[in-house]
Amino acid sequence: MSLFYTFHFYLFGVIAIACAVLFVTRKSPVAAALWLVNTMFCLAALYVMMDAQFIGAIQVLVYAGAIMVVFLFVVMLLNLGHASEVTDIVSRKTRLAAALVGLILLAEVVVLWKGDVKPPPAATHQLEPGVINQVAAPLFREYLLAFEITSVLLLAAIVGAVVLARRRTA
Amino acid sequence: MIQEALFFSAVLFIIGVAGVLTRRNAIIIFMCVELMLNAVNLSFVALSQLYGIAGQVFVIFVMTVAAAEAAVGLAIIISIFRHHENVDLRNINLLKG
Repeated sequence: MSLFYTFHFYLFGVIAIACAVLFVTRKSPVAAALWLVNTMFCLAALYVMMDAQFIGAIQVLVYAGAIMVVFLFVVMLLNLGHASEVTDIVSRKTRLAAALVGLILLAEVVVLWKGDVKPPPAATHQLEPGVINQVAAPLFREYLLAFEITSVLLLAAIVGAVVLARRRTA
Repeated sequence: MIQEALFFSAVLFIIGVAGVLTRRNAIIIFMCVELMLNAVNLSFVALSQLYGIAGQVFVIFVMTVAAAEAAVGLAIIISIFRHHENVDLRNINLLKG
């Protein structure tokens, strides 16, 4: 394991835990949900670092994208988030720190754009049969029955959610 | 890196349990459950490095079940909100003996 790898593994792990702590301690549901999204992004980074690229992608798409949007949608539908508590940026110091981080990220983008970053030697890091293939083959062979049952579960969940949330008309 | 990943997973799970036990807002409790599922997913992925790809397949199933759970749970929360006008779990004690 290279030092680069180890450093970033710990970095993403510590950020994930810090965001999780901030998530349980927030009062406003909206702020809590946004911190949880941050945790999920860090977890996606950890998945990619542990050679589970497809899981990392669907972590971003399904968890951070779909499930958390449903949560935020319900929070706003029920009018539970209070606008004053949503903005966490309070002091000038925080804004300065945010601007500094933004500048660093911008500098990184400029370096990647202008500087010539050499691509890593291709042959050493070839993934064998494709990332999705590795997950899909057992999913559709050994676990086919579980996969089909999952689709039934999803159908039941959709019908149940519609029935439960429907406004009762007499 | 497997030990570290399992450590992060355990810490995230404990944070989720603490949230479920201490918070009273039903939606935040649901999000804590999602955090616990995420922690379990992290250990699945970490151990799939040792024991083969089946761990990653299970993560896909866990995500599907989490999505179904979120949809049904939030529908229940909406119908509770229609009755009580809030989602504080202290008010929901109809089944208490």
